[in-house]
Amino acid sequence: MSTQDKQREDLVATPSRFPLREVVLFTALLAAILGIYAMMGAAYSTRMLVEAACYAILALGLTIQWGYAGQFNAGVMGFVALGGYCAMAFSVPVNGAFWDSELPGELARVLLYGAAAAVLVYGATKLDRLGVPKTLRTVIAVVLAVVLYLVVISLLRGVTGEIQSRAGFIGGLGLPAWTGWIVGGALAGAVGYFIGHICLGLRSDYLAIATLGIAEIIKAFLKNSDWLTRGTATVSPLPWPTPGPAELGFTLSRAIYLSITAVIIAVIFFLLHRAYHAPWGRMIRAIRDNEVSAAAMGKDINRRRLEIFVLGCILMGIGGGVLTTFNSLFDPDGYLPLNHTFLVLVMVILGGPGNNLGTLFGAVAVYLIWIMSEPLALALMSLAVHVGDLWFAWEPPRNIESRALQARVFVIGLLITLVLRFAPKGLLPEKVKHHG
Amino acid sequence: MNELVFFINNVVIAGSVTGSIYAIGAIGVTLIFSIMRFAHFAHADMMTFGAFMVLLLTMAFPGAGAVVGLPTPVIMLPLAMVLTALLAVGIDKVFYKPLRAHGVKPIVMVIGSLGVTLMLQGLIRLFAGTSGQSLYMAGERKEIYRLALPFEGVRAPIVITEPQVILFVLTIACVVGLHLFLSRSRLGKAMRAMSDNPDLARASGINTNAIVAVTWVIAGGLAAIAGTLLALDVTFKPDLSFFLLLPIFAAAIVGGVGHPYGAIAGGFVVGFAETLAVFNWAVLLRPIAHHFPEWLELPRNLAFVGTEYKIVVPFFILVAILVWRPTGIFKGKVI
Repeated sequence: MSTQDKQREDLVATPSRFPLREVVLFTALLAAILGIYAMMGAAYSTRMLVEAACYAILALGLTIQWGYAGQFNAGVMGFVALGGYCAMAFSVPVNGAFWDSELPGELARVLLYGAAAAVLVYGATKLDRLGVPKTLRTVIAVVLAVVLYLVVISLLRGVTGEIQSRAGFIGGLGLPAWTGWIVGGALAGAVGYFIGHICLGLRSDYLAIATLGIAEIIKAFLKNSDWLTRGTATVSPLPWPTPGPAELGFTLSRAIYLSITAVIIAVIFFLLHRAYHAPWGRMIRAIRDNEVSAAAMGKDINRRRLEIFVLGCILMGIGGGVLTTFNSLFDPDGYLPLNHTFLVLVMVILGGPGNNLGTLFGAVAVYLIWIMSEPLALALMSLAVHVGDLWFAWEPPRNIESRALQARVFVIGLLITLVLRFAPKGLLPEKVKHHG
Repeated sequence: MNELVFFINNVVIAGSVTGSIYAIGAIGVTLIFSIMRFAHFAHADMMTFGAFMVLLLTMAFPGAGAVVGLPTPVIMLPLAMVLTALLAVGIDKVFYKPLRAHGVKPIVMVIGSLGVTLMLQGLIRLFAGTSGQSLYMAGERKEIYRLALPFEGVRAPIVITEPQVILFVLTIACVVGLHLFLSRSRLGKAMRAMSDNPDLARASGINTNAIVAVTWVIAGGLAAIAGTLLALDVTFKPDLSFFLLLPIFAAAIVGGVGHPYGAIAGGFVVGFAETLAVFNWAVLLRPIAHHFPEWLELPRNLAFVGTEYKIVVPFFILVAILVWRPTGIFKGKVI
């Protein structure tokens, strides 16, 4: 009897079992949600659910990158902020003070100069085709780039300063919010393409470093470009694509918004589910699990990696747009690495990287814990202050509230290390199918 | 000439200061990278931890510096280095060693170090608050030296502060000490052997666990120095970590990962690039402005980037080096 005929344990299709773990976990989650509804009231709880749903979109984006392909994106915050900016820029009413003046023309002129300068520099890098020595070409290109950059940036500074003093900021386009979500996704995907194109062929650590950097840069840009985003002055309110609380009351309007996010998640979930079980998904997992043999099969590893990274970034951009529109406030300072990068990371690694259902569970469960931990941290801290005062006559420092919230940073960090150590596959591990 | 003095103050001195700090930080990162093969994201918070230890010790013994004639924080630095080194070794034992024992991919170690960085951040901010504090307290103040230049018509002096002088001295001491350690001592040679080929090092009887511990001691001590020097030069800020990480990683990668001397060079490259980019070049051009043709009007601000976009500079350097020479200027060992 040859070994081929023998039924090997790991080759047979796993028998379909009753999904006990899923049922138990989701029942517990449902019970927790119902408990919060009973305790905190419908309006508050619905808001929490919508935010959890927005985070679920972000978590799905990260689970494709980390779970499907093993790429670690440490800059989710940047893509969220980009999506949020686009949602703001498309949905906010048109600013007449800007468009009725000559400033749009000025701005367009400067941007045109910038494009022309870029073309010139690109042309200079091709000078060696005309017989210019390569060293000389490099020198010419660099000097030209520096000089033109300085000229364009000074012109831009002039125009943007003028916009800021005369019109405040350039305002929005007055379109429905969902156009902003789509464009935000596209923009995030474009930035992801740029980063991924540079880093994905190298060590996986470099991607983490670069994404961490780009996230801080995007935030710095949105925060300091007052002419574009009003900076720290923040933009609010952002119109919703659905009837707002003013017309329908908080609970009903939020419930309608929730149904929209639920539809978005359902569509993404369905598409991801199909892709995961398609040949494309198998190829992605093959690359993740064994790069060398996947390459030996003739798969274009870097291209597939780039594909999946961009796809994840697009989802993050969309999720960021939906989240920002729901908050009805665009505040560049409100995008924090803790809330928008590491919280999402915890959702994915706790829920189960590579398992869409697990990621959804992780997103909602972690968000509930996160929201509930704020009053808990404050209560614990005030208890500690009280005890310290009683026993040691300890004088607490003034900014005790902001310090108490830092305890949550510690807990998130601890959670990450503990999950990596004791449950590296998450609560709902990825199910790898074996075919007989 | 006054413009030249301005240039020296704002670029040469400031660039050397940031360059030294990045260099000392990057040495630690690059050593960890070469021995344990992962990017240690918690390094910036180890720096903050070191500075925080100095702050606490200075608070505890405010008068200690007056005995020797140096600022108290500098006297407390060795003790803070020991504490930070202990912390580094402890973190390794509790968090990284189990992961290594499981044989996880380097990227999982990176995520683990991100978890550690959050924990450190949370703890430090819980105890230190989120606002900046000066390390100079209890009547001590920064000495400022003004060196007037013996030229005709030069009014502005070259300004250098006491912590900056200490910083240069300490940086040189660190670099020389590290060089002697790596090239002369048995442990240093074993470390280089392990960074070249861990399996071969283990096979030839090198105790790799000891090497890992020594690496953490050195990295922790250097992190404490870098953090304290940064806090002395400006103030102690508990929330810098992600802004420090990028330049330090950029410095380590520019120098070639796993290459301590490269990290020093990379630190200075990044430090000077940052100061040159935010320097207002119009100041230097102004004296020769009357030679320019009529139509060319010199703008008041001719900096490449505003100070608020400083973080773009290390990122740009990182991208450029990854595109053109991913191994760094001195060929690094880890790509």
